Amino acid sequence: MQVTLRIQRFNPETDSKPYYREYTVEVEPTDRVLDALNYIKWYQDGTLTFRRSCAHGVCGSDAMRINGRNRLACKVLIKDLGPKITIEPLLGFRIIRDLVVDMEPFFAQYRAVMPYLINDEPPPVRERLQSPEERALYDDTTKCILCACCTAACPIFWTTEWLGPAAIVNAHRFLFDSRDRAAEERLAILNQKFGVWRCRTIFNCTEACPRGIQVTNAIEQVKRRILFEQS
Amino acid sequence: MYHRFDAVIVGAGGAGLMAAAQLAGQCNVAVISKLYPVRSHTGAAQGGIAAALGNVEEDHWIWHMFDTVKGGDYLVDQDAAEVLAREAIDAIIELEHWGFPFNRTPDGRIDQRRFGGHTRNFGEGPVRRACYAADRTGHMILQTLYQTALKKQVTFFDEFMMLDLLLTDDGVCTGVVAMDIETGELHIFHAKAVLLATGGFGRVYKVTSNALAATGDGVAIAFRRGIPLEDMEFYQFHPTGIYKMGILLSEACRGEGGILRNGLGERFMERYAPTLLDLAPRDMVSRAIYQEIRAGRGVDGKDYVWLDLTHLPPEVIETKLPDITDFVRTYLGLDPVKDLIPIQPTAHYAMGGIPTDVDGRVTIDEKNTPIPGLYAAGECACVSVHGANRLGTNSLVDLVVFGRRAGRHMLTFVRENDFHPLPKEPDYRARAEVEWILENEGTERVATLRAELQEAMMTDAGVFRTGDGLKRLQQKLGELRTRYSQIRIDDKSRTFNMELVEAIELGFLLDCAEAIAASALAREESRGAHYREDFPARDDANWLKHTLIARTSGGLQLSYKPVVITRFEPKERVY
Repeated sequence: MQVTLRIQRFNPETDSKPYYREYTVEVEPTDRVLDALNYIKWYQDGTLTFRRSCAHGVCGSDAMRINGRNRLACKVLIKDLGPKITIEPLLGFRIIRDLVVDMEPFFAQYRAVMPYLINDEPPPVRERLQSPEERALYDDTTKCILCACCTAACPIFWTTEWLGPAAIVNAHRFLFDSRDRAAEERLAILNQKFGVWRCRTIFNCTEACPRGIQVTNAIEQVKRRILFEQS
Repeated sequence: MYHRFDAVIVGAGGAGLMAAAQLAGQCNVAVISKLYPVRSHTGAAQGGIAAALGNVEEDHWIWHMFDTVKGGDYLVDQDAAEVLAREAIDAIIELEHWGFPFNRTPDGRIDQRRFGGHTRNFGEGPVRRACYAADRTGHMILQTLYQTALKKQVTFFDEFMMLDLLLTDDGVCTGVVAMDIETGELHIFHAKAVLLATGGFGRVYKVTSNALAATGDGVAIAFRRGIPLEDMEFYQFHPTGIYKMGILLSEACRGEGGILRNGLGERFMERYAPTLLDLAPRDMVSRAIYQEIRAGRGVDGKDYVWLDLTHLPPEVIETKLPDITDFVRTYLGLDPVKDLIPIQPTAHYAMGGIPTDVDGRVTIDEKNTPIPGLYAAGECACVSVHGANRLGTNSLVDLVVFGRRAGRHMLTFVRENDFHPLPKEPDYRARAEVEWILENEGTERVATLRAELQEAMMTDAGVFRTGDGLKRLQQKLGELRTRYSQIRIDDKSRTFNMELVEAIELGFLLDCAEAIAASALAREESRGAHYREDFPARDDANWLKHTLIARTSGGLQLSYKPVVITRFEPKERVY
C-alpha cells in the first residue's frame, strides 16, 4: 500500500526553524513505521535523521510522536495508522536534528533518583534471598527501557521542571526492592517540590508506555510511601 | 579534541560495562559508546544466563564446562571453558548483589530453567541451569550493569563512534579515535589500555535478530590494523526467529516446553536429536528446520515451520515469556496461547572474532602473543569458549565472566605501565575516511550495496555452504568492494549525520563478510555452525584447529592454531 509520511525536519546548520516535508512510500501493511522511515532514508532522502537500533521495541532508541502520540517507531505497524502519518520529535526536549532530541536532561533526571541498588551490609556468600512475592512488588517497573515516551507525554514536564515519570518509575524499582536500603534518601529526593507532587495523575505517561508499565500507578505508590513513611 | 584516560572501553553492552565496573574508582576510566549505553544489544538477550548454582536440581560447573565443549563441537578452548563454567557462579552472585532482579524460587533463591544443550551428568538429559528474569534477562543485565557503572561514577561518552584504533609501529596500543555523532567532531582518546567490547556483526545477513547497530565495528577496525580474526566462519543461526523479520523468540520458549512442528504437524526434532529433542543445540536445530523445508515439509511448502506453545498453561506464557508474547501479538497479530507461530532460523551470534586469552588480552598470532594494552571481550572477541557453536545463555555468561577478567587485568596493566606517546597525527586515517565519504561523488547508494551484501551472505554463507557458493560469494564481495569506492551520500552536514555513520558501518560489514567468506571456503569440513554440503563430516584429523585470518599487503592470509584440550577428548556429537 502507499502511505504518505509528513515528517518534521530541522537541521541547525541550515534551518532557522523546523518545517514539514512529505514523503510517499510503498509499504506492506504489516511493516513497522521504522521500516517506512528506513525506506525513505535509504532510498529517497539520506538526510532524514532519527535514532534506531534493535527495531523490535526493547532498546528504546526510536521514540517519537506518531500521529500525535509518543510511540516507538519499531512497535507501530502501518496498518494501524492508515495512509496519512505525521511524525514529529518528542516534545519538551531540544531538537538536535529532525527526530533526534537531546536526551541528556532526561538521563540527568534518571541519575537524580540514584537508580542503583544501595545496600552497604556485607553481602552473603550466595545470593540475597527475596521471595517471589517481594520480587513481584517491583516487577512492573523493571521493564523500563528509558525511551522517554512517558516523560515527553507529560503536560507538566512540557512547562515545568520536575523529575518526570521515567525517573520516578526507576526510583520505584528500587524503593520496592526488599534488598535496597536507601528508601529514606530516595524518598527525600522525591518529596521535594520538583518530585512526585508535580504529578497531576493525567495518565498520559501510562498510555504512552510501550512496555505497558502502569506508570501513574507507580507514581501513586511512591506518593503513598512518602505520606505514610516520611510524615 | 584530546582526552587522556588510563583505560578506555569501547562499547557499553554487558562486557564493556562489566569491565568498567572493575576499573571505576580504581583508575581513570572512560566508556565510549555508539549508542546510549541502555540501547546496547545486550538488552535484547532474552532467555537466561547459565551458571551451575544447583538451586533447583543437582548441577556442577564441570557439567556446564562439558556441555559448552560438546556444544561447541570440540573447537572450544577447554582452559577457557573451565574458567567460564567456574566463574559463572561467582559472576551471577555478584550481579545479584548489584541488584539484578532474578526470578526467584519459592524459598527466595535464584530460579533456574532449562535451555538448549545444557545437561546433567554429561549429557543424560536437560538440566535447570539458566538463571533468568522472565524473558528479558539481557535487559536486566544491561540495566543492572549501567546502574552499577553510574553508582561507581564511570565517565561516559555517549553516541561516540569509534573510527580507529591507535597502535605504535612496534605493536603497542595507545588509544582510539572516535567521532562525536552529534557534532561530527573527532576525538582522540589517549590510553594505556583499550578494551574493545563492540559486539557482533549480525547485520552482514539479511534475516537477523541483531540490532541495526550490530555492524562489527571493533572487529573490522582490529582487522584493518593487522590483527588477525579467529574462527570467523562460525556464525550461529538461532532456530526461532519470527518469519521474515528475524526477531528473536527465545530458546526459553522451548525451555518452558515449546515444540517445533513442520508443515505436517510432526515434532520433527524426534528424528534429529532423540534425547534432547527441541532442546538440542542451535546449529543442529537450525539445520533440522532447513532439512524439513528442503524435504517439502515446511508450512504450505514455504520456508518456515511452526513454534508451538499452545499446549503450555496460559499463565506460563504470560508470566515467563511476556515479551515474546508481546512480539508475536504486535508483529504477527497472533496469540501464542492459541496460535502456532511461524519461525525460521535467524542470524544471531558470531562465535568468532578478535582472538584473546582468558584475561581478555588480544593476541596476534598462533603462539598467542598479546598486544600490550589491547583487550577485547564479549561477542566481538573469541576466547574461544563457544568454539563452533555457542550454547544458549552462554553469551551472557561470556560477557560477565570475561568482561570482568578483562577489566581486572587492565587494572593491573594500567598500574604497572606508563602512557606510550601517540603516533603523529593520530586521527589522520579517521579524518580521511570521514572526508572521503562526505565528499565522494559516486553513483552507488549505501543501502543498495548493503542489501546486496546481506542477500549474498544469506544465500552463500548461511546455514548451508558449498565451495562453489563461497567462491561466488567472494566474487560478489569483490564487486561490492569496488562499488563501495563509488558511493555517494545525500547528507553532507556534520550534525548527527546517520547516513555517514551507515556508510562507515557498511565498510565494517564488508570487512567482516570477507573474513567470513575466506575462512569458510578454506575449512573443508562440517563442524558446529559451519556446515559444508561438499564436506558434510567433521574432520578432526585435519581441522581440529582454530582459523586465523589476517589482512596483509598481499591480501588475506590464513593460518591456524591448535585447540586447547584439557579434560574432554573430542567425541562424536549426538544429542
